[in-house]
Amino acid sequence: MQELSKTTIDSGQRSRRGSSLWHDAMRYLFRQRSAILGMAILGTMLFLAIFAPFIATHSPTLSMLDNPEEVALGIKRRTPPCIHLLGCPEEQPQHLMGLDSNVRDLFSRVIFGSRYSLYIGFASVGFAIVIGSLLGATGGYLGGQVDNVIMRVMDVLLAFPSLLLAIAIVTVLGPGLVNALLAIGIVSIPHYARVMRASVLSIKERDFVTADRALGVSQSRILFHRILPNAITPLIVQGTLGIATAILDAAALSFLGLGAQPPTPEWGTMLGAERNQVFTAPHLVFFPGVAIMLVVLSFNLLGDGLRDALDPRLNR
Amino acid sequence: MTSYIIRRLLLAIPVLLGILFVTFAMARMLPGDPCRAVLGEHATDQICDAFMERHGLNKPIPTQFAIYLNEVAHGDFGDSLRFQRPVTELLSERLPVTVELGLNALVLAVIVGIPLGIVSAYWRNSAVDVGTMLLANTGVSMPVFWLGLMLAYTFAVLLKDTPFWLPPSGGMSSGMHLPPLYEAWNIAVVEGEGWYNVWAFLSNINTLNALVTGSWPELWDAIKHLILPSVALGSIPMAIIARMTRSSLLEVLGLDYVRTARAKGLRENVVVLRHALRNAMLPVVTVVGLQLGTLLGGAVLTETIFGLTGVGRTLYDSITSRDYVVVQVFTLVIAVGFVVVNLIVDLSYAFLNPRIRFD
Repeated sequence: MQELSKTTIDSGQRSRRGSSLWHDAMRYLFRQRSAILGMAILGTMLFLAIFAPFIATHSPTLSMLDNPEEVALGIKRRTPPCIHLLGCPEEQPQHLMGLDSNVRDLFSRVIFGSRYSLYIGFASVGFAIVIGSLLGATGGYLGGQVDNVIMRVMDVLLAFPSLLLAIAIVTVLGPGLVNALLAIGIVSIPHYARVMRASVLSIKERDFVTADRALGVSQSRILFHRILPNAITPLIVQGTLGIATAILDAAALSFLGLGAQPPTPEWGTMLGAERNQVFTAPHLVFFPGVAIMLVVLSFNLLGDGLRDALDPRLNR
Repeated sequence: MTSYIIRRLLLAIPVLLGILFVTFAMARMLPGDPCRAVLGEHATDQICDAFMERHGLNKPIPTQFAIYLNEVAHGDFGDSLRFQRPVTELLSERLPVTVELGLNALVLAVIVGIPLGIVSAYWRNSAVDVGTMLLANTGVSMPVFWLGLMLAYTFAVLLKDTPFWLPPSGGMSSGMHLPPLYEAWNIAVVEGEGWYNVWAFLSNINTLNALVTGSWPELWDAIKHLILPSVALGSIPMAIIARMTRSSLLEVLGLDYVRTARAKGLRENVVVLRHALRNAMLPVVTVVGLQLGTLLGGAVLTETIFGLTGVGRTLYDSITSRDYVVVQVFTLVIAVGFVVVNLIVDLSYAFLNPRIRFD
């Protein structure tokens, strides 16, 4: 009898623990093949970014012309990839992705590029989420004129195609990596403000908020301790998908010469610098582009997976 | 419905005013001296003073804004600092290139994206579905400029000397020429007056011009030049539309009325295409409208890669060369176009979905 009651309690606890939103969401997330693929790619990218100095075979900014061994072998710029395992003659130096126009090892540059891409993605979206959700939450919570003004400003920002607005902002601030990610952050603020406002509007009418108000809890405490934590789910989904867009936009800015400046091994910058070689040395354009695509794909897959996992309305 | 339209139109007014202000402010905030950007580093102070005076750039900012508003209200957009020509003329040359490219890309995205979405929703979790969605996910993850370069390499270099060869740049081959429509039809139009800009606009849409004047070799040439940029530009919207159609149709296919339709013994294609698809199209319409921004942003990159002088490319060049007037007017046109399209999408949504009208 005692045994029985113990097991009942145990299973009761387990089911309570098992039914939290996050636990369910994570379990569901790990059941989706596409989300797992996304996490795997992202994990690999993070690994490459963190251990770039150990994985890269050469320095990302060093010209092979400064390397006497390679010069002795008669290396040329824009040499296509040479992999000994795949039948490239042993006497030729091995360069997994070939050499670029400045005789630098493309593989090492692509590996180091993962650092910039992830940094841009997280930093610009982080900035946009903080500012956007503050604006959205303030507007949604206070309502009235404040809300009106904030949302009309957001509407105006949304009326410009985001890449064009980002180009204009970078031109005002001056080209550079930091300014590019600031510009991308600014143009994505309205998306987060809207998501946050919508969540706050629905949550502030709920009973537990009314109860807090009746108890005389301060406005800021209600906003930051009651409403924000409950409104965070849609922000996570939007943020993950937003990182994908941010990385694409940053690459576009760099491609146009407005983002990271050479010799920074940033993928968009590399593509922009070598774009005229596409007909003669396509590998210079191919590899950085594939790298951008993979990292963006990983965030898109993960974002989609999170959206399905965190949506309580979907019955599974 | 009428009151909904009026409310929606009124809401657009503050946004339009905001756009006017932002375009003006943005053009003024560009760093650098417009005079030296236009006339060169060696322009003397005296020449520059005269330049600023002539273009009203030495007046206080509020005065400049008032002048700008007044000019916009009169449809007078000024002359480009760099080209020394009316901006409207420039617009009638460059806007058609982007409109043609954008429309082609959008049509391509819709006619490929929607069927792909339907197929993968209907055969959910099949190999077709997984394949299509993997393709769509890859599509939204590709940088437009990279796809453009790769397409150009594949079709202009790898497939050279095959029937699949396609030109990697330009709007038409050298030697091909399409006369303006008013010349082809012998209509008297004075340059720079009356309907001239409208005629110029229409004439510069190469495919339209060639089609209505029956210039078949030119039409084929223009189409061949359009294929690669349209595919590059249309790939992302195509993928987004396919995904949206799939998820929306999946939701609708699970509803009771679809089961009723099946229980009535309707044929499967009638159930899916007539009953389910109609309701599933609502969110897709919105998504199609929202793609306009992506298309315009992508146009800057696509036009750069494929050597087309459209609005995107011109705007980018004008920003970097401090041509205030062009920046101001081109961003204004784009933003207003964007607002108008969103308005149309909203209204069509209300038209398609009665629940919104009566809210």
